[in-house]
Amino acid sequence: MELTVSDLACARGGIPVLEAVSFALRPGEALLLRGPNGIGKTTLLRTLAGLQPALAGTASAPPEAIAYAAHADGLKATLSVAENLTFWARIFGTSGIDAALAAFDLGDLAGRQAQNLSAGQKRRLGLARLLVTGRPIWILDEPTVSLDVASVTLFGQAVRAHLAGGGMALIATHIDPGFDVAELDLTRFRAAPQRLDDFDEAFA
Amino acid sequence: MASLWQYANPQKFVQTTGAVLPALAVLTALALIAGLVWGFFFTPDDFRQGSTVKIIYLHVPAALMAINAWLMMLVASLIWLVRRHHVSALAARAAAPVGLTMTVIALLTGAIWGQPMWGTWWAWDPRLTSFLILGLFYLGYIALWAAIEDPDAAADLTAVLCMVGSVFAVLSRYAVNFWNQGLHQGASLSMDAEENVADVFYFPLLVCIAGFVLLFVTLVLLRTRTEIRARRIKALLARERMA
Amino acid sequence: MIALLSRDLALAVRAGGGFGLGLAFFLIVTVLVPFGVGPESATLSRIAPGILWVGALLACLLSLDRIFALDYEDGSLDLLATAPVPLEGVVAMKAAAHWVTTGLPLVLAAPVLGVLLNLAPAAMGWLVLGLGLGTPALSMIGAFGAALTVGLKRGGLLLSLLVLPLYVPTLIFGAELVARGAAGQVTATPAAMLAAITLATCALLPFAAAAALRVNLR
Repeated sequence: MELTVSDLACARGGIPVLEAVSFALRPGEALLLRGPNGIGKTTLLRTLAGLQPALAGTASAPPEAIAYAAHADGLKATLSVAENLTFWARIFGTSGIDAALAAFDLGDLAGRQAQNLSAGQKRRLGLARLLVTGRPIWILDEPTVSLDVASVTLFGQAVRAHLAGGGMALIATHIDPGFDVAELDLTRFRAAPQRLDDFDEAFA
Repeated sequence: MASLWQYANPQKFVQTTGAVLPALAVLTALALIAGLVWGFFFTPDDFRQGSTVKIIYLHVPAALMAINAWLMMLVASLIWLVRRHHVSALAARAAAPVGLTMTVIALLTGAIWGQPMWGTWWAWDPRLTSFLILGLFYLGYIALWAAIEDPDAAADLTAVLCMVGSVFAVLSRYAVNFWNQGLHQGASLSMDAEENVADVFYFPLLVCIAGFVLLFVTLVLLRTRTEIRARRIKALLARERMA
Repeated sequence: MIALLSRDLALAVRAGGGFGLGLAFFLIVTVLVPFGVGPESATLSRIAPGILWVGALLACLLSLDRIFALDYEDGSLDLLATAPVPLEGVVAMKAAAHWVTTGLPLVLAAPVLGVLLNLAPAAMGWLVLGLGLGTPALSMIGAFGAALTVGLKRGGLLLSLLVLPLYVPTLIFGAELVARGAAGQVTATPAAMLAAITLATCALLPFAAAAALRVNLR
């Protein structure tokens, strides 16, 4: 399994934002996506995750190989930490949430309802979900928001453990994740505004 | 041989319809004036219904077009879903208010006709009820178009609604028939000659129907052009923001 | 997918409002109607089938916008769409959870409210059967409407407008079934039609609703 993205173009709200995005990710590799706000990091990640169609180009990995973590963690306030994780484990057809709880130091909080967690604890629970998906490619959108220093370290460890096991990670972030990793600046893929869609010439 | 799909290009569509529309408008006016004048002033009164019957020249064509407008929207929606031609989606959007207007005309003229005939403005007769439901479908469809910002998403969702709505509209028609047998007279026009209205009413009615069809086509083309231009303005504004 | 159903049911139980709201609304409608139309038992028993069905329909309508809205807001829907469960299955399970929390309590409470409205005893069985056959269709059609409007800020009113005409056949056959049952007439046709509507909507609408969800998520 390898993630090769070639000449990918994607649109937000019908307007092209990125074009000719190309990069490759081999097992055990991670890549940080950089770029100013609004450049299209989230759009690119959602396109790769299969939530929206690409305007052009291809990505070699099917959405079934990808675990996607968005800004929102998809937690249910009235379910406990363990129940939230167990739900996603059952949806993804895996078993055992103990490793995921341990990796993000949530063991002591397992019985607590998600509504009683702090923002950082919720984020850790959202990230722990990645471990129970059992999928090789992680696509993370601003994963370290509201995490403290210790939690960022936990996150770094989890990503490195995932990479060591042959996994891949694509991370959009503004901060330094605390481990050595390649970077890709999306600014150079910004879609040219004067580009006309061949079909829509009267619209644009 | 040029294919029909060349008109899926918005520019081509605007050019061609721009050339055709004036002639079409004149033709519409001629057919409507001819049909209505013939119908209103040069046909005898019905032996039972008196001169009230003459509202048929508005009622029947409007009712026909109310249903046909929905059919046209269904076809246009399917074309959008299958071939992704934006003009098709915009034509469906353009047809909806016209169809709703036709539905309202049919209901109003029906009420005006029904009052002297049945002694009531409104009855929960199957045909009347079906048209009321059809009106609700139009309202929902128009409201969904208006509510969604992203034009492609709006086109997709309204197309899905149009398809599902068509199935339920047919189902409602059956259900309503089952529910109440009704006062409404049989079909004014049918292949079965026994049931038809007399020839003296029939021919001016055909002219009126032709006039309403032309009116519908004219209005839909006009409105589609407006929608295309609205989309163009939106696209230009978006481009300006990007630059 | 069973996991999704059990999670939704657990959420409904813990939030407390899930079971109660629709049922309370149903109760309010049926209790208020006699005050509006007068206490004559003959009148009440004649309009009872219609009132009970309209009440059930409105009670169902009340909670439709929550089918997908909560999952959309907290991001669960994005994650479910990328999970290895078909979105059609997600829709079906969501509709099923809505039915268990809204439709099923209405079915069970209907005989009691039927007594309040002086419904003919012969029609009680038909009322329960009709609601049991018809309310799943209400939930499924509602899930379709909710899928169309999930991205909208205030989709509630629009959702009602979209769903209203789609509910008409179910309402007609449901009320007709009870009315015929009360009058001792043949009930096979409306019962079969209700069952047919429910089966057809449950078989086909998940695809339409999933298509609408995909559009709204992109």
